[in-house]
Amino acid sequence: MTATLLSIKGLTKAYPGVIANDDVSFEINEGEVHALLGENGAGKSTLVKMIYGLVKPDSGTMTLRGARFAPPEPRAARAAGVAMVFQHFSLFDALNVAENIALGMETPPPMRDLAGRIRTVSETYGLPLDPYRTVGDLSAGERQRVEIIRCLLQNPRLLIMDEPTSVLTPQEVDILFETLRKLTAEGVAILYISHKLEEIRALCDRATILRGGRNVGTCNPATTTAREMAEMMVGNTFDVPARAGRDLGEVALDVTGLSVRAPSAFGTSLKNIHFAVRQGEILGIGGVAGNGQDELLAVLSGEIKNPSQAIKLMGVPIGRLGPNARRKLGLLAAPEERLGHAAAPDMTLTENAVLTGAGREGLLQNGFLRWTAAKGFANRIITAFDVRTPGPDNTARSLSGGNLQKFVIGREVLQRPTVLVVNQPTWGVDAAAAAAIRQALLNLATEGTAVICISQDLDELMEISDRFGALNEGRMSDIKPAQGLSVEEIGLMMGGAHGMVVAHVDA
Amino acid sequence: MLTLERRAQPSRLWTYLTPLVAVIATMIAGGALFAALGKDPIEAIATIFWEPLFGEFAFYYRPQLLIKAAPLILIAIGLSLGFRAGIWNIGAEGQYIIGALTGAGVGLAFYPLEAWYIFPLMIMAGALGGWAWAMIPGLLKVRFGTNEILVSLMLVYVAEQLLAKMALGLLRNPDGMGFPGSRNLREYPTAHNAEIITGTGIHYGVLAALIAVIFAYILLNRHILGYHIRLTGQAPRAARFAGVNPTRLILFCLGMSGALAGLAGMFEVAGPSGQVSIDFNVGYGFTAIIVAFLGRLHPVGILLAGLLMALTYIGGEIAQGNLGLSASAIQLFQGMLLFFLLAVDVLTNFRVRLALRGTA
Repeated sequence: MTATLLSIKGLTKAYPGVIANDDVSFEINEGEVHALLGENGAGKSTLVKMIYGLVKPDSGTMTLRGARFAPPEPRAARAAGVAMVFQHFSLFDALNVAENIALGMETPPPMRDLAGRIRTVSETYGLPLDPYRTVGDLSAGERQRVEIIRCLLQNPRLLIMDEPTSVLTPQEVDILFETLRKLTAEGVAILYISHKLEEIRALCDRATILRGGRNVGTCNPATTTAREMAEMMVGNTFDVPARAGRDLGEVALDVTGLSVRAPSAFGTSLKNIHFAVRQGEILGIGGVAGNGQDELLAVLSGEIKNPSQAIKLMGVPIGRLGPNARRKLGLLAAPEERLGHAAAPDMTLTENAVLTGAGREGLLQNGFLRWTAAKGFANRIITAFDVRTPGPDNTARSLSGGNLQKFVIGREVLQRPTVLVVNQPTWGVDAAAAAAIRQALLNLATEGTAVICISQDLDELMEISDRFGALNEGRMSDIKPAQGLSVEEIGLMMGGAHGMVVAHVDA
Repeated sequence: MLTLERRAQPSRLWTYLTPLVAVIATMIAGGALFAALGKDPIEAIATIFWEPLFGEFAFYYRPQLLIKAAPLILIAIGLSLGFRAGIWNIGAEGQYIIGALTGAGVGLAFYPLEAWYIFPLMIMAGALGGWAWAMIPGLLKVRFGTNEILVSLMLVYVAEQLLAKMALGLLRNPDGMGFPGSRNLREYPTAHNAEIITGTGIHYGVLAALIAVIFAYILLNRHILGYHIRLTGQAPRAARFAGVNPTRLILFCLGMSGALAGLAGMFEVAGPSGQVSIDFNVGYGFTAIIVAFLGRLHPVGILLAGLLMALTYIGGEIAQGNLGLSASAIQLFQGMLLFFLLAVDVLTNFRVRLALRGTA
């Protein structure tokens, strides 16, 4: 019989204009993996921040192992046995593993002792890691290990993990799960935040689902289908994107032997990339973040020019052309970063519609902007893509992530591109909006557009792409038909486990 | 406890209200300052803000207001274009001097010829001179990645030396019995930037400032180039994605601000000042930076800010004369205006809330 570790009763936290958490109650047992599910903006991160002492609840109580628990700051939460692995790592590239871990400690022991303890912990939990390696040389999976070991050194009773698999290949995910199972066998509880429903079904014992800041139910993921969980998150049923049979046309975009030097010290160089996309085809490009995705989009959109003949659009070399000349020829793009790259945060939706639509939508007359036409275009995007906003005069910043993403994708889709390149089209977007965006990409392909979808979400890529390739350290894997690809094959295309070793579960 | 919360979008109301709040706060703090100096604060404030407009000698001060405001507005409009795009031309003072030198130089070269085309040529020469001086930091920036703030600022001192050299050498009045300074252009009708309507202070520079305001308004709100300027300032990465050529934009913004500053210098030397002299420049190029921000980098705002700034200048001079306030007290007063403006700017983007500590 497992005992209750953390019990949460009636937690409420309101921000101006929005109630982030409304009377949320649930319990986490010792030794269980408890999933926290919900769309973006459902209140998951606020809830977790309250448990970790980053945010104070307006009302409600928490009880940890029978004692009242109200951490005023993360330090108190850590002292009580709560540790957290954030989605974004806070590590210094130039320091080694032990130095990074020492930086996060209140009273770090001498470096030699610390290195010894890191070795012990990493061996015990099957997370082999050399304390003297420089963090800058580690893969994303290994960096995550540093964060996990940093937490484990505190002997936590509750480990909070925020989207831990978003930076991992399938092989690396398996290794992580072994470690987590070993931890739970010792009685550590894990609060696991994720969008990935199949993962939750494989790993978690229970799932609490948040919607609009409220707890809308707890379920056993092993016996609930992914679709049922998704519908609990969204609150109603939604359509899974349907793919129609498509006829492939000519090769729309042909990339042969494309090599690009990294634009900055932290960028990735693209090395001898080959691929071709036909009209009506969706090419999915996977890979762990930071393996050249941003650079590939920039070199295709024209933000990085490439004077070689490596990129051909409908047979015409376009490497020397800038973004607007490429748009004129029919090559459109939607970058990953919505605010600041795809859209200007403080500009209105009308102004943001001009950002890429000025030429193709005829919003210019002798260099003068036709604001009425621009507003009309913005309104068409808002209507066609169900963008929730009071109107086109609102700033991009005021929209939620999902709505702005629909706007940004819609802006390109409505311009009827010959080739559309999208990077992370549904990143941080709720399930219903993600389904709508994927459907729009599929429809576009049906109408004959060649679509290149760069994404880190493998489920998404498998759902919509005809063929699949992966970027690994700036190199492109062989392109294979997406149907029939096994998870193992995909993982190997993404670079496998990047040399990481499987956990010793029998230890 | 007071907390600041970011607004979802900048408040429209506060965008218009903050300059007013800043002016009122300046009056209060300035009043306290004057009181501490042993002057009647109400009288001092009234002298600065009321006397030039509606006082006994307003007929004299009102034209002065336009004469002072015109170069400030002209320069600030040019600067605001660059500032909007994140291109910081701090050296308008230098471009103003060079514009005056080239403008006056062309005029003096024709002396004593009387012809209709001389004044237009001087206008072009003035704009071109300022433009060329601004191209130095511009080209260095796009070619070698130098910092335009430093280069443009340092070129102010070079321009000042050049001004002294010209006033003592090449442009010195041959009939001036060896005194430094050029011929007085006011005595050379063809080259004189005279009042268009006598007694109003409206010379061609005032007209040019008004045209610049309208031009900048249309550029920023209606033209794709103005859109690209705003986009570059707000989101440089998005600007690149939108196909903005950063090199062209930098050269346009610096060139435009230089040309307008040069124009201001030319109108000043051919009109109110009249001659190239060692102490020709009085800091319009630097004050215009304050005017540009006081006007929120908006053309109409700059128009009003330029007039307000000119008012504090003239009012300040009256206060110095009538009340015996020191020049540094007046400068402090003007500095407060910018300080308060930047401080209350917070209200546009943030909401101030009285928050109770959360229940622990």
